[in-house]
Amino acid sequence: MEELDGEPTVTLIPGVNSKNKQMCFDWGPGEMLVCETSFKKGKSELVPGCPFIHIIRKDVDVYSQILRKLFNESHGIFVGLQRIEEELTGKSRKAQLVRVSKNYRSVIRACMEEMHQAAIAAKDASSSRQLSSQVSILSAMELIWNLCEILFIEVAPAGPLLLHLLDWVRLHICEVDSLLADVLGSENPSKHESFWKLVTILVLQGRLDEARQMLSKEADANPTSAGMCRILGDLMRTMPVLSPGNTQTLTELELKWQHWHEECERHLQDSTFASSPHLESLCKIMLGDEAALLEQKEHLNNWYHFLVTRLLYSHPTVKPTDLHFYAQSSLDLFLGGESSPEPLDNILMAAFEFDIHQVIKECSIALSNWWFVAHLTDLLDHCKLLQSHNLYFGSNMREFLLLEYASGLFAHHSLWQLGVDYFDYCPELGRVSLELHIERIPLSTEWKALKVLRICEQRQMTEQVRSVCKILAMKAVRNNRLGSALSWSIRAKDAAFATLVSDRFLRDYCEHGCFSDLDLIDNLGPAMMLSDRLTFLGKYREFHRLYGEKRFVDASFLLLSLMTSQIAPRSFWMTLLTDALPLLEQKQVIFSAEQTYELMRCLEDLTSGRPLCGEPDTQQLQDDDIEATKVEMLRLALARNLARAIIKEGSLEGS
Amino acid sequence: MFVARSIAADHKDLIHDVSFDFHGRRMATCSSDQSVKVWDKSESGDWHCTASWKTHSGSVWRVTWAHPEFGQVLASCSFDRTAAVWEEIVGESNDKLRGQSHWVKRTTLVDSRTSVTDVKFAPKHMGLMLATCSADGIVRIYEAPDVMNLSQWSLQHEISCKLSCSCISWNPSSSRAHSPMIAVGSDDSSPNAMAKVQIFEYNENTRKYAKAETLMTVTDPVHDIAFAPNLGRSFHILAIATKDVRIFTLKPVRKELTSSGGPTKFEIHIVAQFDNHNSQVWRVSWNITGTVLASSGDDGCVRLWKANYMDNWKCTGILKGNGSPVSGSSQQGNSNPSLGSNTPNLQHSLNGSSAGRKHS
Repeated sequence: MEELDGEPTVTLIPGVNSKNKQMCFDWGPGEMLVCETSFKKGKSELVPGCPFIHIIRKDVDVYSQILRKLFNESHGIFVGLQRIEEELTGKSRKAQLVRVSKNYRSVIRACMEEMHQAAIAAKDASSSRQLSSQVSILSAMELIWNLCEILFIEVAPAGPLLLHLLDWVRLHICEVDSLLADVLGSENPSKHESFWKLVTILVLQGRLDEARQMLSKEADANPTSAGMCRILGDLMRTMPVLSPGNTQTLTELELKWQHWHEECERHLQDSTFASSPHLESLCKIMLGDEAALLEQKEHLNNWYHFLVTRLLYSHPTVKPTDLHFYAQSSLDLFLGGESSPEPLDNILMAAFEFDIHQVIKECSIALSNWWFVAHLTDLLDHCKLLQSHNLYFGSNMREFLLLEYASGLFAHHSLWQLGVDYFDYCPELGRVSLELHIERIPLSTEWKALKVLRICEQRQMTEQVRSVCKILAMKAVRNNRLGSALSWSIRAKDAAFATLVSDRFLRDYCEHGCFSDLDLIDNLGPAMMLSDRLTFLGKYREFHRLYGEKRFVDASFLLLSLMTSQIAPRSFWMTLLTDALPLLEQKQVIFSAEQTYELMRCLEDLTSGRPLCGEPDTQQLQDDDIEATKVEMLRLALARNLARAIIKEGSLEGS
Repeated sequence: MFVARSIAADHKDLIHDVSFDFHGRRMATCSSDQSVKVWDKSESGDWHCTASWKTHSGSVWRVTWAHPEFGQVLASCSFDRTAAVWEEIVGESNDKLRGQSHWVKRTTLVDSRTSVTDVKFAPKHMGLMLATCSADGIVRIYEAPDVMNLSQWSLQHEISCKLSCSCISWNPSSSRAHSPMIAVGSDDSSPNAMAKVQIFEYNENTRKYAKAETLMTVTDPVHDIAFAPNLGRSFHILAIATKDVRIFTLKPVRKELTSSGGPTKFEIHIVAQFDNHNSQVWRVSWNITGTVLASSGDDGCVRLWKANYMDNWKCTGILKGNGSPVSGSSQQGNSNPSLGSNTPNLQHSLNGSSAGRKHS
């Protein structure tokens, strides 16, 4: 896309004086911090403290409930479109794409309607104003989208083109129906002050059947004009129009229309309607007389209505490629040199010129949110329209806009989830953009963290999974929630951290004599294999369980295997041996002679390996004392057990 | 369209740095009043100061957050020739009720003989590591090998830059194709001093940082420097705050297979240069995707720069103040239509009849 022209938007920050001070700042994921400071060091003047820190946010955060619905629903349409892409073939392709376009538009209209209601119900004037201006903007978007649908997606050929344009215009002028109801509902419709205004508007919109009905009311009420009304009514009835399903060719239609046009002309020449200025004016309109049409500027309201009416009554079989001539001249005639085109006019004109890139560019400039251009461009891209324009960055424009839109969504605390899908459908930079954005989502609740993890796991973003789990594990450890820390480490497959947390568990056990988070440790399952320390923790807990269930033999086997398999950290051996004491002192012999020898070996291993460190202080001497006592008790118990075991094994009852 | 909300800072002297944490829910400020303040964002979006404490015996120049994988850790650097690392301690329940938290100093890095001008944590894939730079021209890289024990930091590297240093930036790229890299800027104003921007790269073989490049075209004092986040590019982007805003690309030149493993050579191109700030540019910083650069300068404005995908950079926004006072309650932002139009005329041109159209 070419440069985003236009001046940079200036945002004023209250409380900052750019004349005196400079600013320091920092980016955040969705906001920016700004603060007044002074960078010129060495200033001797007394600089007062900075009164304020400013937090600047792109105004995507003020999403109202209503707009949120728009984003949600359009997200659904977007994803649906990407998914059916492969199935879109042949003739039905166009029809399906038109349907998608209509879906988008109906979502916009629904949003407009809701917002309109909210504007009416608003409690104060400024929110009412704000909502109303939102409605206007949405209306403009729908107008533009609708035109793009007709010209680019529907690709209406000459003939149907005009019918579509008529619908387009009618859709955007809503007062007619209420006026119609007003007038018809009154006692004497033809005497209603807005009667002729209504008839004129109906004619301008090509709603000739209704106009004719109005005229018949006038004929009934006013016999003198009955004749003229009937004639004009007949002209209205007989105007050749292309109706859907009509088998006539364009040429036939043109011919018929030409005859009809001449008939109208004749009536005008014959002064058939001379005695009624209203009727005469209507006839001129139906002849496509520019001057007559321009007299109705007030009822036409804008140049594109003027254009369509003009085409209806002078070139109904206009070809798409000729549209822009009429559009330009209509714009010029309508504005009449009194005012200059505004952004909306330029956008519509670019559409009539079939300059899609220009349309997108102008919309990007005029609208401050990427929603509209992102979705429209994506749809046009599916229509294979961007490539055909033969600009090498054609396909990149779609991605560029989608990335912008999705990035904006990520600044919002719940809409970010929609953003994920948009990134998914950006083949070049979508994945890496998602990675960068998703790791910044604050993990303020468990629910949110799990959501983030699920999204990352689904996309094999292993680094992000690991990182999120690590952040949560670290937070848990610092808050002494060891169970939580352990489960996050397991999920992160972070062996090192799992070891660390397991160590803490074991240390806690040594200090307090019991385990916290038993549930977790008991149900580790295969996750236990993540790290040796974790395995040990799990098995050690199992030992305690077995002991609690009085399955002493099993417990003893486990205890011994923990020591001999080297899983147990050396620092823990003493504790394990001490745990063996009650087993050694049971009435029945639990450890076999073989096992007792093993235990003794371990004990010797442990006691011989201890270095004599430097100058023992009193605490250490005390500890040594305690240690020495323990060792003595163990030696005694082991010896006694050995004796009993030998006797037991040697006697006839067997082991 | 941007919305601003303002918080009373409460520092007793000039604030030198503001820093968001990784998730944008906490921020830190540091000041010439020698203290650092930490602010937390509540669920409702309000900011509260949860800690404020004296950190140094001189002005605190910079404050920065470590990656949350390492817990809640801050580093600060000061005129008092030291840098310090701080860790948040989970407080007593009374503190939590009062919304206060405690930060303790884990270590003081005292190796510098002059004011420490910048401190930055390395990318997380390098472990818990930080770099400081000082007016004595030395960049020091420290590492904490045990992340559970933040009081043990060892000085791993001392890189002599020969010029008084003002700023550093780590290359955030975690790609295995890129060795760790750090850029250093100097604000030395003596005319002989040439190498105002130097780039050092870690060499796996020598296990040292060696100079890879000097940006010869930057001859004016450099105040800030920032590598852009890497979106999978093979080349690097570096922004420099000097007498103007400059953006360079550094494309690694393919190492010959026979090379003895010296530092990478780079093709350096300048892709943008802007002097809109009128005189000096003091800070540059990238957004999280590296698509927008923000700069602040002597004109008292913050400017936002963005590239279209033909790589043409343009200013897309300006943040400034005209001295008007902060409105009413300091925590409220303005409300603006969020699908808003940059040009209000878009909505006028819908409703307006010819009478409604303004002037030409």
